[in-house]
Amino acid sequence: MNVRLLVFLLLWPWAALAQGFAGLGTEADGFAVPERGHSPVFPADHGPHPDFRIEWWYLTATLTGADGREYGLQWTLFRSALKPGEAPGWHSPQLWMGHAAVTTPDSHLFAERLSRGGIGQAGAHATPFRAWIDEWEMAGDMGGDMVLSAGGRDFAYHLTMRAKGPLVLHGEGGYSVKSAAGQASYYYSQPFLEVSGSLTLPEGEMPVTGQAWIDREWSSQPLAEDQSGWDWFSLVLDDGSRVMAFRLRGSSDFTSGTWIGPDGHATALPDGSIRAEPLATAPSGTGPEVPVRWRLAIPARGLDVTVDALNPRAWMGTSFAYWEGPVRVSGSHGGRGYLEMTGYGDE
Amino acid sequence: MIGAALLALGSHWRRHPVQLVTLLLGVALATGLWSAVQAINGEARASYAQAANQIGAGGLDRLRRADGAAMGLEQYLALRRTGWQVAAVLEGEMRLGLRAVAVTGIDLLAYPDLPAIAESAAAAEIAPVEALTAPGRLFAAPALALTLQGEPGLPPVAATNALPPDTVLTDIGTAEALLNRPGQISHLLVLPKQPLVRTPLAEIAPDLIRQPASGAQDIARLTDSFHLNLTAFGLLSFVVGLFIVHGAVGLAFEQRRGLIRTLRALGLPLRLLTRLLLAELCLLALMGGAAGLVLGYLVAAALLPDVAATLRGLYGAPVSGALELRPVWLLSGLGMAVAGTLLASAQALWRLARMPILAAPGQRAWGSGRLRARSQLLLALVLLLGGLAGFALSGGLIGGFVLLGAVLMAAALALPPTLSVLLTIGAARARGPVAEWLWSDMRAQLPGLSLALMALLLALAANIGVGTMVASFRLTFDGWLDQRLTSTLYVTARDDAQGAALADWLEPRADAVLPIRSVEIDRAGTPLFVYGIVDHPSYRTHWPLIARSAQDWDRVMRGEAALINEQMARREGLWPGDNVELAPGWSLPVAAVYSDYGNPTGQAIVALERLLDRYPGTPNTRFGVHLAPERAEGLADEIDATFDLPVGAVIRQETLKARSRAIFEKTFLVTGALNILTLGVAGFAILTSLLTLWTQRLPQLAPVWALGLTRARLARLELARAVALAAMTAVLALPLGLVLAWLLLAVINVAAFGWRLPMYLFPLDWLRLIGLALATGALAAALPALRLYRLPPAHLLRVFANER
Repeated sequence: MNVRLLVFLLLWPWAALAQGFAGLGTEADGFAVPERGHSPVFPADHGPHPDFRIEWWYLTATLTGADGREYGLQWTLFRSALKPGEAPGWHSPQLWMGHAAVTTPDSHLFAERLSRGGIGQAGAHATPFRAWIDEWEMAGDMGGDMVLSAGGRDFAYHLTMRAKGPLVLHGEGGYSVKSAAGQASYYYSQPFLEVSGSLTLPEGEMPVTGQAWIDREWSSQPLAEDQSGWDWFSLVLDDGSRVMAFRLRGSSDFTSGTWIGPDGHATALPDGSIRAEPLATAPSGTGPEVPVRWRLAIPARGLDVTVDALNPRAWMGTSFAYWEGPVRVSGSHGGRGYLEMTGYGDE
Repeated sequence: MIGAALLALGSHWRRHPVQLVTLLLGVALATGLWSAVQAINGEARASYAQAANQIGAGGLDRLRRADGAAMGLEQYLALRRTGWQVAAVLEGEMRLGLRAVAVTGIDLLAYPDLPAIAESAAAAEIAPVEALTAPGRLFAAPALALTLQGEPGLPPVAATNALPPDTVLTDIGTAEALLNRPGQISHLLVLPKQPLVRTPLAEIAPDLIRQPASGAQDIARLTDSFHLNLTAFGLLSFVVGLFIVHGAVGLAFEQRRGLIRTLRALGLPLRLLTRLLLAELCLLALMGGAAGLVLGYLVAAALLPDVAATLRGLYGAPVSGALELRPVWLLSGLGMAVAGTLLASAQALWRLARMPILAAPGQRAWGSGRLRARSQLLLALVLLLGGLAGFALSGGLIGGFVLLGAVLMAAALALPPTLSVLLTIGAARARGPVAEWLWSDMRAQLPGLSLALMALLLALAANIGVGTMVASFRLTFDGWLDQRLTSTLYVTARDDAQGAALADWLEPRADAVLPIRSVEIDRAGTPLFVYGIVDHPSYRTHWPLIARSAQDWDRVMRGEAALINEQMARREGLWPGDNVELAPGWSLPVAAVYSDYGNPTGQAIVALERLLDRYPGTPNTRFGVHLAPERAEGLADEIDATFDLPVGAVIRQETLKARSRAIFEKTFLVTGALNILTLGVAGFAILTSLLTLWTQRLPQLAPVWALGLTRARLARLELARAVALAAMTAVLALPLGLVLAWLLLAVINVAAFGWRLPMYLFPLDWLRLIGLALATGALAAALPALRLYRLPPAHLLRVFANER
């Protein structure tokens, strides 16, 4: 998921200014860089890391409504630093961006927020944990009870969440490699959240329950130069296992992932151990055609499943655009999850 | 055939280059002045549109504090945290020497779609990091950017054409540092995309009011009157210019009668001939129009800086002083040239099309006059009544101009019959054959000269009217300035704290320190500025009240009543004894009305305590300081040395007066220049008319010459005749000019600016103008007279020999 940052920086609203950022594409420019052997420390690392260029608090949830329908939900807070460090007031170089979305089988509603740090309009605290932008908020105890809220012009949601399992460190104890050349990030997850709450949709209120997954990641190094996009899966299988898997598309694909047992025991899946193969594409709404049906195989774990988008038109037409939506899993395992795809054009 | 005919027709211009030049000059003058005015108006309107776009404020509602004070960051955050999508804006003024520059700081991140920023950032390749973090970037129009670049201590400047002049746009973080107002927000823009769920404004921020999007269209509305004035002037010049064209075309057609007769006799169909002449006219119109556009551009470029200064001074309207060439302007200018030329030539063309093939040369003179005079008078009367009806029906500025136009046209139409009557009276009193001949000859010449004389009448009347208005205004304004500006020094502090310190410091050093505190109240979309004052004798003795009531000052000072300015009084029909609603739920009786020239908006004055009761956050940064004038300089220096004030924060009374006068002088400079040009054009029209008549004159003069009048005497009489006609026209123009002046002062001004001026008469100016008219007539007649004087007698003899 690391790759989002590049697009965030490149496709800033002032699109014409992208050149200014292009130079930042491959270098860390005074920002701190992830170091192998370093692991996240909690609760401190729930908070922001202003010396790293980019960071996010990323939540996706697969939900079932009182009407029996399936829903998907996204809540994301990005931090992107124009310069390392912090400055008071409006002069803060820390920019924050929020994305929120609700996906139903036949609609996809999303919203975006922008702010800068320093004035308190957006930010994050480690203890007590709280991440917010405007009225959107994710707060509580990463290992216990939390609340989540956001909304846009045509939707809103409010959820309470409870952690049913431990935090999971990806890669080598939270040090997650993103390319053969060694680009990396710090990356951990809370994939064991049980949620309940309500969605406010154009049709009205809808009580929902389901599973949520929080990703936390920060880094300063974007992708390798030849990497054009990625496909990222977070799946909650019926047997209680969780799978995080991604494929970075480049001159040669780079895959990585984590197999998470029902007890939270995590096993890294090294490059080459995951096969992800698009089976069918479909129009994504306002975006380009994207693969909406995948074959995902992890032979070492006996996983060979078909992943289908709940709603192919889950295009996030935000400042930087991408596809993000809930999926169904069938085949060797059943389950539900989230899929994110970037680099298919129109971004 | 066509080629030969064209060659024949064209040969006329080769043989009469002066005539060609006259015609082209006429078209050029008409088009030039008209398009100059259009160019100025176009530039101004483009500037307004740019200003409206700049903040995109046109379409966005605003939130501001009801008491007019700045809000803090907490309020912005509170709104944001409850779902309100708002963008923070901090506005202020930065002084660069004597020049004030408006600074608009806006949260660029919250409103990245802002056109001015998106465009200029793209053009200047400014990265977000540069615009958003210290020291930031300033965006300004190229001319201003150049000035700013020379100023020490300012952030780097990016030039952009997307901004109006005199405005600096920047991120709010940069603006608060620039204006030294950390943490302050002037108002919030309510962004288009608001979330589904949002706390109501009344719960989260009860002290904020939501101001509906009004946009910078306000400026356009305010300045409409000014532009209408200019347009009227342009139109007048255009009409006067057309008189020249009419004269020149008439002359050319007259002289080509023989040629045309020959061509037709040779078999050229009349229809084809008419078309060829039409094509020739269009070509000449385009040539003259092109020259006119060049002229118009030059005139506009010369006048624009003054107009811009006027608009800025009068309305705070940002207008660029640099002229841009717009295709629409070029096309409409050429269109006007062609249309005008054809209009002015219609009569000549019409006559030609109906001319019998072997018609005798036009020895038209007497005859058919009476009928024509009667219908002209009738038409004038209809026009006048129509104008009055139009004014009664629509009223306002447009109605005023309709009436003005009708009066002018009616007067112009009535001129020839009136002159004819005068000449008849003159003829009846004439003694001796020469005098009798002179009078009746003048009458005979009248139809040919009438259009030129109408032009002269209009130009003179406009001169008298506008001159009277300007002079009346100047006189009134000077007196008013003396009354209004009574403090010796005017001081502006950076903020309230400094203001308080300044007031304390000044107290023992001055005779009196009067706070000047005001709030802007949005009253159904139009701003009203309410000032709070403390009691001081200078107000009671000097303030220029034009309508009063008993104990007016006492009642105002006790907080029981308010003073309002003339604009508001006239606009809303409020006079002493009425109640004025200053804000919702805040009404006070009107104690008196004061004149308030140069201010487009409504204004009211109440006792300071009353203002502070309602608007406790009213800024306290401006003071009027009373002290002996000779101490002013010293105290000003002392203030500068003691307080860290922006440049230009201490202004002496004389400076302020001079500045105010300068603004109006600029306005008058423009009207004055147009005035002189119009008069020049009118003189030129007379010249061309006389030249046109010249060919017809010989057959009329030859018999008189044969009867024994020398050529020298005839030439003198020729001159005298022109001067006499000009003098009669000038005398008739005087009452017309005064009517015009009255209309301008009592109707147009009230509708346009909201104030009415007393009318002062300046007989010396009239004398000068009449003299000018006589000189114009004499000058115009000089060339024909000289020609006559030098005419070989053989030419006169030939008149008897060959009938043309």
